[in-house]
Parts: sequence; structure tokens; C-alpha cells
Amino acid sequence: MNRSGRGLQAYAIFYLLFLYAPIILLPIFAFNSGTIIAFPLQGVTTDWFAQMWGNATLRRALTNSLTIAVSASILATCFGVFAARASTRFVFPGKGGMMGFIMLPMVLPEIIVAMSLLVVLLGMGVQLSLLTVIVGHTLICMPYAIAVLSTAFSSLDRSLEEAAYDLGETKWGAFRLVTLPLVMPGIISALLISFTISLDEFIIAFFLAGNEPTLPTYIFSQLRFPRAIPVIMALGTVLVILSIALLALGEYFRRRGNARIGGKPTGGLM
Amino acid sequence: MAKAKFDAEARAGLSLIAPPFLYALVILAVPLLTILAYSFLTDGYLEIIREPTLANYAEVFTDPIVRTVMMRSLIVAAIVTLATVVTAFPVAYYISFCVRPERKALWLFLITIPFWTSYLIRVFLWKVILGYNGVVNSTLTGLGIIDEPLTFILYNVNSIVITLAHAYAPFAILPIFVALEKIDRSLLEAGRDLGENRLTTFWRVTLPLAMPGVIAATLIVFIPTIGDYVTPEVIGGGRIPMIANMIQVQMLALDNRPLGSALAVTTMAIVAVVSLIFLFLNRRFLRVRQ
Repeated sequence: MNRSGRGLQAYAIFYLLFLYAPIILLPIFAFNSGTIIAFPLQGVTTDWFAQMWGNATLRRALTNSLTIAVSASILATCFGVFAARASTRFVFPGKGGMMGFIMLPMVLPEIIVAMSLLVVLLGMGVQLSLLTVIVGHTLICMPYAIAVLSTAFSSLDRSLEEAAYDLGETKWGAFRLVTLPLVMPGIISALLISFTISLDEFIIAFFLAGNEPTLPTYIFSQLRFPRAIPVIMALGTVLVILSIALLALGEYFRRRGNARIGGKPTGGLM
Repeated sequence: MAKAKFDAEARAGLSLIAPPFLYALVILAVPLLTILAYSFLTDGYLEIIREPTLANYAEVFTDPIVRTVMMRSLIVAAIVTLATVVTAFPVAYYISFCVRPERKALWLFLITIPFWTSYLIRVFLWKVILGYNGVVNSTLTGLGIIDEPLTFILYNVNSIVITLAHAYAPFAILPIFVALEKIDRSLLEAGRDLGENRLTTFWRVTLPLAMPGVIAATLIVFIPTIGDYVTPEVIGGGRIPMIANMIQVQMLALDNRPLGSALAVTTMAIVAVVSLIFLFLNRRFLRVRQ
């Protein structure tokens, strides 16, 4: 590697450090026995993790978050399969406009999605609950699911399906027996990404959940109380480890799917 | 025969796309149209007066507080976008040109991980890092480099900019990387053969070809930052609101939905105008390429 390459490498590593700075600090403060989040550190403790485990509101928030994330990711992926299949396999009028509109939440400030939905729900007299959050999360997870699924569907060889028709399968049979197994890694990857997005989503959960806590809204409510912060650091550590595990799993399935349909390995989830 | 086949295909495609499209229509289009309608109505006490008016927009464009918040959001979003794209470019360049092909995926994965971890906690940790007794200040005073904690990074617009630049870094790196990957390496060799040096080749060949990626990165960072709600709330403690905080206050705390809607619609209009300008620039660059 030449000199400018080495300079760039140093810069890139420095940049990675900047990206990881908060995540590196998280476990440090989670195991620090001092109640104030500042240096110098006091001693090592696992109290914060124990307190986290014993917190009833936090458990409720976790249950709520999991309920929302599981429902929203399944719904978003189901819708995503329809959209990805339509956009990669068929030509039809208005395709660009419709797909563009479905992908719109990706580039719309979330506060606008949340506020406009809230105004309509309140106007209709709908009781805010976990269900309203699921409705909102499904909307914002859908574009990400479609992005992942489109890659899976577009690299599909159409002749495989045609072979199934020739061998006497019905349309549904060919889809279930040939297409679905081939795009399964993409589906799992879309589920995991939607799950991760929903689990971490704050704005929509904050405004559409009514009085029900979710993990991010619980964290937000605790950030105001300095005494509660160490427990939040412990919770953050657990969440970071969980997200990394889920993403690594998603990436693994995405690559396996790519390999199965003979694609070249490409990087990144986006 | 061909026409019949096209119709069957079109019908199959349309019926497949119907469920997600109808969902987006009901959950997104209806609410957006509702706030568009609200923005032309007047807020009465306890009820909305159904008389079309432009008064909300007049207020949005003349009220000094709204103008301050709008300008702050625009300036913060512009600085964050500039800082993110400029600092991200060398990283994307490094991954595309210097990293061995089989290690590229790993680098991209490492860069995307921080983006997927709890946004709230990351924002809060920047407050901890930059705060009065924070990591930066306590380290610098501990080493005797400074006597008093640095104040220019304390709970103000600067710390909002740093936090947002950190949050949206992967968004900037990925599109630039994709554009750089598409560049035909023989073009760079041709540039060198024709007597350009390393720097002029970069300036006259690589950078113009990477421009679509840079423009995509600009948009992809600018849009969410201008509408960010969490960072001003956590870092600024509600004292330095941006446009999203103001929309929320008008809609809920002050219960002035028409004015809140007008703010939201104006924000969307600004985002749309900026996007159109950049998409237009992108088309010009694409035309130059052909």
C-alpha cells in the first residue's frame, strides 16, 4: 500500500473510532459503580444490571416493544413480499409512482408521519394503544423490507418458475415450492431488519402509544432523572449486544441467500 | 394476442401491489391530506373553524420565533450535511479503492452497526461526552491542557451538529461508496496515461463520476436532520428547538393544529424544494457522463 493509502487508512480507522465512541463508553458506564455518568470511574459493579432486571415498568416496556416489533415486522414483511414481487416480476401502468409512494416514509421526516397520523386517529376518536403503534411501525418498516426483498426477488431466475409450470404446478404451487424457498433468506433478513427498526423507533411510539411504555419511550422518560441513568446504561449495553447479534444474523441469511442464487457477495444491509 | 398478454401481466402486477399500496394510501396519504386541509383552517377555542384561510401560512412566514426556528433547522441541517459528506468521502474512497475486495463487506458492516443501535442512547451519550463534566472536558482538564471546561460544545447548536453528524454518518458513506464502486478503473489509468497526476485525475475524473453518490448522500442526510426531534430535545433540553419540536408543541401542547399543520406542510415543501434542486443537479451530472 502506498503512502496516500496509508494516510487514508489511518483516517478511516480514526473515523471508525468516532463512530464507535458512544458504543464503547456504554458498557464502561454500565459497570461503573459511581452514580454520576462522568470520569473518573469509581469501581466495578453489576448492580445496575440487577436493578434493571427487577424493574417492573421496564419489563412492561420490554413486553410492549417485543409485541410491537414482532407484529410490525411480520406485517411489513408480508406487504413487502407483495410489493417486491410486483415490482421485480411484472410490468404494469403506474408502477413507478406507486412504488415511489410506498417507499416515501424512508425520506419523510418521522415527526410528520407521526403527527399527521396522530391528528387523524384523534379526529376519528381511536383509542391510542399498542395497536396504533403497530400500524405506524408497519408503515415505516415496509420500505426497508421492500429494499431487502427486491434484491432477493430480482436475482431470481424466472426459468425456474416456468419449469415448475411445465411440470404441472399451479401458480400458487410454483410460488410456494420454488420461489418462496429461494427468497426465504431475504424474507428472514427483512424480518430481522424490520424488527430492529421497530424495536428502536422512538417518535411514533412516543406519540401513538398513549400511556403504554415501549423501550425507547421508557429510556427517554428516564433520561431526565440523573439517578436512573446507570440502569439505562446497563439496558443500552444489553440492547446494543442484541442488535449486533440480530444484524449479524440478518447479514448471514442475506449472504447465504445471495450465494444460493449464485450472486456475488456484496456488503451492507442498505 | 400480445395485448391480451400485457393486460394479464398488468392485472397480475396491479393486484399484487394493491395490498401494500392501499395500506400506504390509508395510513400515509389520508393523514398527509388531512394536515394539508387543516393548514388552511383556523384554530378556534376547542374546535376548528371551517373557513379556508391563508392566515396560518402568513404566520409561519412572518412570525419571528417561527423564522428563528426555521432558520436554525435549515442551518443545522446544512452544516451537518456538509460536515458529514466531506468527512465521509475519504472513508468511502478508502473502502472502494484501498480495501481488498473480500474485506469490503466487513468494513461496510462495521460502519452500519452503530446506526442500528439505540438512537436515544447514542444521543444521550454525546451529551455525556461533550458535557460540562463530560469525557472531553474532564480528559482535557485532567491532562492540564485547559483550566476551564470548553463551553463551545456545551448543550448548544454545536453539540447538536456533532451529534447529528455522528448519527447520519453511515447514510453518507454508503451512497458515495456505491458511486465510487461503479467507476471504471481503466478511466483512471487513461487519465494517468494522458499525463494527469494523481490529484488532477481525482479532481477531473473520480470526483465528477462520484457526484451522483455525493448528491444522494447529501439528500439522505439533509432530509432526516432537518426533521430531527430527539437531538434538540435531549441535547438542548428543549431550550433550542428545531422545527420538529415546534410542530409537536403546536400540535399537542398548544393544541393549535392548523398552525402545526401549516408548519409541517411548510417543512415538507422545503424538503421537496431542496430534493428537487439536488435531483436536478444529479441529472446534469448524469448527462455529462453520457
